[in-house]
Amino acid sequence: MIHQYKLGDYNIVIDVCSGSIHVVDEVAYDIIGLFEQKSREDILLAMEEKYADRSDISKEDIAECYAQVQGLKDAGKLFMPDNFAPMAGKLKEKTAGVVKALCLHVAHTCNLNCSYCFASQGKYHGDRAVMSYEVGKQALDFLIANSGTRRNLEVDFFGGEPLMNFQVVKDLVAYARSIEKEKGKNFRFTLTTNGVLVDAEVIQWANRECSNVVLSLDGRKEIHDRFRVDYAGNGSWEKIVPKFQKFVEARGGKEYYMRGTFTHANPDFLKDIEVMLELGFNELSMEPVVCAAGDPSGLTEEDMAIVMDQYEKLAELMLQKDKEGKPFTFYHYMIDLSGGPCIYKRISGCGSGTEYMAVTPWGDLYPCHQFVGEERFKLGNIWDGVTNTEIQNEFAACNVYAHPECRDCWARLYCSGGCAANAYHATGSVTGVYKDGCKLFCKRMECAIMVAVARALGE
Amino acid sequence: MEHIKTIETRNLCDSAKNGGCGECQTSCQSACKTSCGIANQKCESK
Repeated sequence: MIHQYKLGDYNIVIDVCSGSIHVVDEVAYDIIGLFEQKSREDILLAMEEKYADRSDISKEDIAECYAQVQGLKDAGKLFMPDNFAPMAGKLKEKTAGVVKALCLHVAHTCNLNCSYCFASQGKYHGDRAVMSYEVGKQALDFLIANSGTRRNLEVDFFGGEPLMNFQVVKDLVAYARSIEKEKGKNFRFTLTTNGVLVDAEVIQWANRECSNVVLSLDGRKEIHDRFRVDYAGNGSWEKIVPKFQKFVEARGGKEYYMRGTFTHANPDFLKDIEVMLELGFNELSMEPVVCAAGDPSGLTEEDMAIVMDQYEKLAELMLQKDKEGKPFTFYHYMIDLSGGPCIYKRISGCGSGTEYMAVTPWGDLYPCHQFVGEERFKLGNIWDGVTNTEIQNEFAACNVYAHPECRDCWARLYCSGGCAANAYHATGSVTGVYKDGCKLFCKRMECAIMVAVARALGE
Repeated sequence: MEHIKTIETRNLCDSAKNGGCGECQTSCQSACKTSCGIANQKCESK
């Protein structure tokens, strides 16, 4: 299967199953488009007719181009068949029972009251709660005990607002650091925060202990303050931006993301990206809002068209900033063409419910943070482990080939079948697909690959 | 005349031969938390 598209100054052809990416001229673009439908003779004739009035394209050129396409096919770089389906469950089979990442919900409460929050202001449709040290310690012990031979273990401090329970967070990290060597593990901690409680101590601690921090900022002040307000209704932009600037400056090159959400209020989110850049941030992420159907902050059909255009303009902006010597990264446009994930990873699905789980403040296990509060999806708890094997098996079987719609999608080896929570909330099944999310994902990948191509060609 | 430039990419078919160590980052454990993408992840065994 191939996918071909035109973006920027490039005609791009992706050979889905080999992972090959080709930049081609217009003749090659047309020949590749016809290659599997028509005979050599018919294709050459069609090309000679189409380019008859072009003095720069001779019959010999067309025949030579056809031979180059044939050469790539023979070399396994075009039209490779998908032979990966039998491998789809292998990685999960091999690692069955192994947990390598936890999302620790250390605070089901928040000091902001953002109406668009998928976690309903941190409460996840339940009561406010904070995780005790004892529960957190047991969660870390559960992770170590179930991690098999995995060395790298990931723990994200999440909420609600995790800094509302900062002492426990610090104590848990200290505990993990005290045992990681003897256990042969390497903990990678991440923190997702709204910034309200960021101070010098938090900055120093996070820069020492966290491999990545995710800082929530929606961009323009009026956009940010529309949703990200305190319980008195006051916007938080003025309060958090200076804190984030200090945080990032002190980070000294360690990874961080300014992470924003765009909604019906700002489908023109490139303006928010530009504000983030003006504020001095250059590792950025903007995510489409995830909300229930009918929610006023949800993206409409008209918004979707704007967003698609914004993604293209964002790619152009990245290349322009490269030229100015002021490069920035956008999370969804980061793509490692030569060293990215192996095919097992690409077809195995996201890992929720198997290698990745969320832990509630009281120690219950859920497939991921987006399922917390949905009782049917409760997997078990950190003392008894996974007891709801029926649900876990649903997630274990959730790989790219479990989604019928993905079989004909060119982007399936870049998304691994997509987000199970989005699929469930859109269709009622974790093996469904969230179609709007797919549209946005495909556009992001086209843009990401175009940027990578331009950079690879040094243009 | 060169009609096609091929960008260097990891050969996915070859990666089937010895891939699957599982040490790489969990897909969602980073900046997104509301979608799934694996293209931006690094291979830990390369």
